[in-house]
Amino acid sequence: MIAAGSGGNGTGPAAPEPRPGDPGITAELVADHGLSPEEYDKIVGHLGRTPTFTELGVFSAMWSEHCGYKNSKRLLRLLPTEAPWVIQGPGENAGVIDIGGGYALAFKIESHNHPSAVEPYQGAATGIGGILRDVFTMGARPVAVLDSLHFGDLDSSRVRYLFDGVVRGAGDYGNCVGIPNLGGEAYFDRGYAGNPIINVMCLGIMKREQLIRGEAHGEGNTLMAVGARTGRDGIHGATFASEELGEDSDASRPQVQVGDPFTEKLLLEASLELIRSGHIVGIQDMGAAGITSSAAEMAGRSGSGVVIDTTLVPVREPGMTPYEILLSESQERMMVVVHRGREEEVRQILAKWELEAAEVGQVTSDGRFRILEDGRPVADIPALPLTEGCPTYEREGIEGEEVRALREMDLTPYAGGEGDRTADFLRLLASPNLASRRWIHDQYDTTVRTASVIQPGGDAGVLRVRGTRRGIAVTTDCSGRYTYLEPGTGARIAVAEAARNLACAGALPMAVTNNLNFGNPLKPHIYYQLREAVLGMVEACALFETPVTGGNVSLYNETSGTPIYPTPVIGMVGIIEELERVTRHAFREEGDVIVLLGRNTDELGASEYLYAMHGIVGGRPPRVDLLAERVLQQALLAMIGEGLLRSAHDCSEGGLVCALAESALDDGEDPVGIRVRLVDPLPSTALFFGEAQGRVVVSCDPASLERVRRLADRYGVPCTEVGTVGAIGGNFVVESADARIEADIREVGAVYFGALPERMDAQ
Amino acid sequence: MRAVVVTFPGSNCDYDCLQVLRKVMGVDTRFIWHREHELGDPDLVVLPGGFSYGDYLRAGAIARFSPIVEAVKRYAGRGGIVLGICNGFQILCEAGLLPGALRRNDSLKFRSHDVHVRVETTDTAFTRAYRPGQVLRIPIAHAEGNYIADPGTLERLEAERRVVFRYTTRAGARGEGGNPNGSANDIAGIVNPAGNVLGLMPHPERAAEGVLGSTDGLGMFESLVAHFARERVA
Repeated sequence: MIAAGSGGNGTGPAAPEPRPGDPGITAELVADHGLSPEEYDKIVGHLGRTPTFTELGVFSAMWSEHCGYKNSKRLLRLLPTEAPWVIQGPGENAGVIDIGGGYALAFKIESHNHPSAVEPYQGAATGIGGILRDVFTMGARPVAVLDSLHFGDLDSSRVRYLFDGVVRGAGDYGNCVGIPNLGGEAYFDRGYAGNPIINVMCLGIMKREQLIRGEAHGEGNTLMAVGARTGRDGIHGATFASEELGEDSDASRPQVQVGDPFTEKLLLEASLELIRSGHIVGIQDMGAAGITSSAAEMAGRSGSGVVIDTTLVPVREPGMTPYEILLSESQERMMVVVHRGREEEVRQILAKWELEAAEVGQVTSDGRFRILEDGRPVADIPALPLTEGCPTYEREGIEGEEVRALREMDLTPYAGGEGDRTADFLRLLASPNLASRRWIHDQYDTTVRTASVIQPGGDAGVLRVRGTRRGIAVTTDCSGRYTYLEPGTGARIAVAEAARNLACAGALPMAVTNNLNFGNPLKPHIYYQLREAVLGMVEACALFETPVTGGNVSLYNETSGTPIYPTPVIGMVGIIEELERVTRHAFREEGDVIVLLGRNTDELGASEYLYAMHGIVGGRPPRVDLLAERVLQQALLAMIGEGLLRSAHDCSEGGLVCALAESALDDGEDPVGIRVRLVDPLPSTALFFGEAQGRVVVSCDPASLERVRRLADRYGVPCTEVGTVGAIGGNFVVESADARIEADIREVGAVYFGALPERMDAQ
Repeated sequence: MRAVVVTFPGSNCDYDCLQVLRKVMGVDTRFIWHREHELGDPDLVVLPGGFSYGDYLRAGAIARFSPIVEAVKRYAGRGGIVLGICNGFQILCEAGLLPGALRRNDSLKFRSHDVHVRVETTDTAFTRAYRPGQVLRIPIAHAEGNYIADPGTLERLEAERRVVFRYTTRAGARGEGGNPNGSANDIAGIVNPAGNVLGLMPHPERAAEGVLGSTDGLGMFESLVAHFARERVA
């Protein structure tokens, strides 16, 4: 037990003295901790004295971008966060929405970019571990993960190493814990050469009443550290994640944590059992900034205080200092707040799962974050400034000249003319951005938990919700290229496309978790990207009525000064009311009519065609009319609701022809031929491969066509019959007024399914 | 009919197996924790998939020391029906209830996708509901499913018709890429000499409801239910 007084006796505990062996506080040490002189002055103001080394470390972590959102908070406040179905918005471990039938869905996305850039296998693995803990600490059982991956071009052996390591790491961890992967995305572009983007999302389901929050209330309740022991790994990971990568980043490898999915699985089962037991009042992952952030955030949320003695924390090695123990990011650890007197019951549940638990401190009412070392104070900080006092900044944002020039570049040399469009199509389909992602998904368990209704490879992943007739659909989306060339448009498209993906499966979009991956916000052209992207997201999320219930911000994604493309990843969840109506992207019956909803345009800017065929990132991303998108999706849902459609597939990267190919190929087992004729008076490049927004390829029984048309008319959605579904193994034919693509569908399949394995396994 | 599903630390298909038996088949089914010493008196014991003890050392190598495995051995010795799926198959091999071992897949990668397996014998309690030679579409999800045994054992397995499931193409042909992991003789599942212990790598419990895309795994559970219905009459 903690012997120190609670501070309630009027005199208060003694202020901490500098600890023997700790370095003295210098301007250089402050800068090394990522704190500005002004921020340091604020810290001195909050404490009323010079901080100890331990206190400096605690502030550094809590006031890092990763924990304190200092450069993004003012923008994030603008996002819509409320709706009648939102049970928990931003600020908790995960967002929670009501999905009906007495059930709630917890979900969140998080980045693990920096660790993965240095050590891809462990970086991705621990990313999965962290996001699972965020979800099960809400009381929800994780039911699916998704991963949004952005890498440099696969021509680089380093990129192949990173990609391979990330997929193995994410796979091994999720597979072992037994959480199915339901999708995500993988993009390859030179904009991510030095700094890959690894975002992982998790969904969990619970009974509404099982919701628990990360709170530390009730004076005298016991803080217990649960799970793995604390080691010297990942110290200052939160600060590391808030810096640019440089030449010497490999030397940061000790800041990357090592994952143990077996312990995670035990922790998952034990945590859910603890939550159901009623013995605990709060639980939180010791994620970024470890004990520091878990204890401070739990105290901050409930307005209480905490006192922890670091000598009571189980450690992996002797001689660890309070600084190291407080800032370690060793994985698979939780902080649990236990009702006083029930410690033994908690210990028994944990022992069943072969986990350690140690009483490390208590909840107090003095509003302070106090750390002792064997009873001697080493840190004594008012809790509120730690969690809420992080200074926030609005930076200067000015668009970069270079980007403006790229956006305005003349695309006419690439836009038209003669050419073998069949060859273009097959070359495009072999691009790693368009080819089948099966190489990835085959390494992920997608069927464990026996709830996966649509596995990765479709527009959205779909899960059944046991005990109801409903399904959950989920997707992640972001085109960094669009966002690079026009940040606001890119973000609006990310939201619109995510919603379109869900609607294609027959789901009504409900809520969003977002992951803002950007470069160094102190650079005006980066802050411009961040601001414009958030504003675009604000507009689109409001229009689609998909509030943002939380997420993650990852800034400083730069290598040796070169920033990544701005990448605001949208993770969106939706509900399918009648799972029987779930709709897939594949054509199904010979003789079915292929119908295009939406309109083709003369837009080739920012397209995969330009990148794959000409190596160009330029032009204006496609226009997005959010209102028209919303109406299109409503029409689509009405058609699906009436059972009129045999398939529905979103038209996105690679354009209309690639969407048609995906619907014709399905999983490659029984690919069907198609015959499509397009009459739009457009250049064939834009018509075939342009990425106009607001388009969906659907198919239906000819007998249903009239009803499809009538519904489209009622909503005012353009609806064009473009072709018919042919026989299994037939020819894939798409023609326009002046161009034609024709290929054996099995040859198309060989290109589509062969491209990634050839790149990755032949090396 | 009564069934138990053994839960080891790290099992992750225990719930799926329970669901199929209880909800789809209506079988009285409960979990049994690995530290128990007695099984009770079930008609069927399922060792589910997952990563018992994290599959550290070797898949199944630590789980075989769990107290419950001794009880499973006694139960199997008395002729009790034991079904080991994926990690359960690995544990049965490690525990010596089935011959051979499961090595890393020849691709050295985790493989998760549907495979086709041919029912090689319907003369077991696990497969009577199938047609001989029927080709099933069932998911696999494993890193260590590459079955290996010494030549004498393989010969014996074949001679005694103890290979119950074999990887094939959709048309039921061997070779031509049907084998996902390099298993000797395309073996996906085998039984012990007495025919009461079956281990297989594919997951029949993941292919037992139409909403999940395939019901080809249901035959195994129907076979078992019919087997016990028949026993009760006899």
